[in-house]
Amino acid sequence: MQFWGYKRKEGRAGIRNHVLILPTCACGSESCRIVASQIRGAVNIVFNTGCSDVAANTEMSQKVLTGFACNPNVYGVIIIGLGCETVPHQKLKERIQKMTSKPVVSFGIQDEGGTLKTIEKAVRAARDMAAEAAMQPKELCDISELLLGIECGGSDATSGIASNPAVGELSDLLVDLGASTLMSESIEWIGGEHVLAKRAATPGIHNQIIQICKDYEDHLKAAGQDCRAGQPTPGNKAGGLSTLDEKSLGCIRKGGTRPIVEVLRQAERPTKSGAIVMDTAGYDISSVTSMVAGGCNAIIFTTGRGTPTGNAIVPVLKVTANAHTYQWMEDNMDVDLSAVITGEKTYQECGREMLTVINDICNGKLTKAEAYGFSDIAVDHVCRFV
Amino acid sequence: MNINALLMDEKDNVVTCVAAVSKGSQIVYQKGARVCTLTAEDDIPYCHKAALEDLPQGAQVRKYGEMIGQTSLPIAKGHWVSHENIFSVPRNYDSEFIGRVHGAGKTDKNRHQACL
Repeated sequence: MQFWGYKRKEGRAGIRNHVLILPTCACGSESCRIVASQIRGAVNIVFNTGCSDVAANTEMSQKVLTGFACNPNVYGVIIIGLGCETVPHQKLKERIQKMTSKPVVSFGIQDEGGTLKTIEKAVRAARDMAAEAAMQPKELCDISELLLGIECGGSDATSGIASNPAVGELSDLLVDLGASTLMSESIEWIGGEHVLAKRAATPGIHNQIIQICKDYEDHLKAAGQDCRAGQPTPGNKAGGLSTLDEKSLGCIRKGGTRPIVEVLRQAERPTKSGAIVMDTAGYDISSVTSMVAGGCNAIIFTTGRGTPTGNAIVPVLKVTANAHTYQWMEDNMDVDLSAVITGEKTYQECGREMLTVINDICNGKLTKAEAYGFSDIAVDHVCRFV
Repeated sequence: MNINALLMDEKDNVVTCVAAVSKGSQIVYQKGARVCTLTAEDDIPYCHKAALEDLPQGAQVRKYGEMIGQTSLPIAKGHWVSHENIFSVPRNYDSEFIGRVHGAGKTDKNRHQACL
C-alpha cells in the first residue's frame, strides 16, 4: 500500500505540507492566529503555556513545541515569541534547528516594537515560505511512512463494542503492512492494564505498562485526587459506561492485537515500528496534542457521543458506531460504523474498509474537522503555574 | 425475535442493550449459537446494561470476560446495571508485574516529573 506524500530529509513523510505559525507562549498566540489567517497554506497553534512554569512543565511544553515543528506534516515554521518568556523565540528556533533541517524563522514582539510590526514581518516570511512549500512535489511513499495515532473521546458503550474493535482491526492490518500505530490515554488502561500488558513484546514492556498505571494513580493521590472521580465522565455514564474499568476494557481494544514494541513517554518520538503506546492523559485533546508532538501524521478518533475536535497539523478522522450520533452530528462525523452494532457487518469487515479511508486521507482528502480548520490543543501539566 | 442486546463474553453476567428496552419486554441476546432471552425488570436505556443473574451486594460484575466493578447494592436478574449501583475496585498493581525483570517495577520519579 502506498500514498502520495511529502518526503522529508529526516523521519517519516508528511501527508500535508503546512507552514506552521508557532507561538513560544500564550502571548504570541493571537499574533500567530492573525498571521495564519492571512496566508493560504499556513496553520497556527493557540498555546496557553510557555511562561511562569516550573521546570517539569517547561520541559513538557518544549517537547510539544519542538515536536509540532518536527511533525512530518509541517514544511517549515514561523515562530512568534514575546521576549520575556521561559524559552525565548531564538532559543526555541535553535532547539528546533538541532532536530530538523526544515526552514525556521522567528520573531519577538518586544524586539520588533509591538504586534503590528511583528505581524507584518511574520506575514511576509510566511508568504515566502508558503510559496516554497507549494513547489514541493508529492512523491509516492510506502505505507510504512504512516504513524497513525489512535484516539477515543466522548465514548459510550458502542465505542468498546464496535468502533474500537474495528479501529483495532485497522491497526492490525496497518501494522502487518509495515505502518506504525500509536495508542495513548494511559488513564484509560486502568482496569484493563492486565489485558493490554498481555500484548507486550517483552516482559520489560509488560511491566512498563503496569508501572505507568500505578504511577499515574500515585501521582493523583499525592495531590489528594482520585482518577475514579473524573473517569468515567458524566457523558460516558449517560452512554452506559458505569466504571473506569468498563471504559478502559473497551478503550484498549482500539489498539488492536499486535505485539506492543515500544512504550513512550508523553510527546516522545518512537524509535521503533509497529504497535506502540504512549503514556498520556485520557483527556482527548491533550492526548492528541502529545501524539502529534510525537510525530503522528494522522489521527483516527472513535466516539459515541460525538465530538467536533480537530488539530491544525494532522487530519483527525471521526468514526462512530452510534447510529443516532452519526445522523444527528453528521457535520462532525466522517465514518459510520453502526453496521457493527446492527450485525450487518463484522468489526473486521469495517476495519478492512477503513484502510481505503485512511489511504484517501493520506493522499490529501480532508476530514471534516480539517476542512473546518479546527485547531484544538491542550498541554499536560505536572502542577500549578508559578 | 430481534437481537437487542450483546453478550461480550460467555463469562459475563451482564448484557449491553443496543436498543432501549422497556420494562416488561424481552431482552434478546446470543450466547454462542443459542438465542437467549430475559425479561427487563426496569426500563433499560440504549447502551446500558442488564443483569443476567441475581447479583448480591459486593458481587463482581463481568463484561468482556473481565471484572468491570462490584455491586454497591443487590441487583436482581433483569434489572438495570449502572454507575448508580456498581463501583470501580482499586487495582492491585504489585501482583501484576512479571517476575524479576531487571530494571522494571521501580518507580521512575524522573519519568513522572517530566510526563504528568
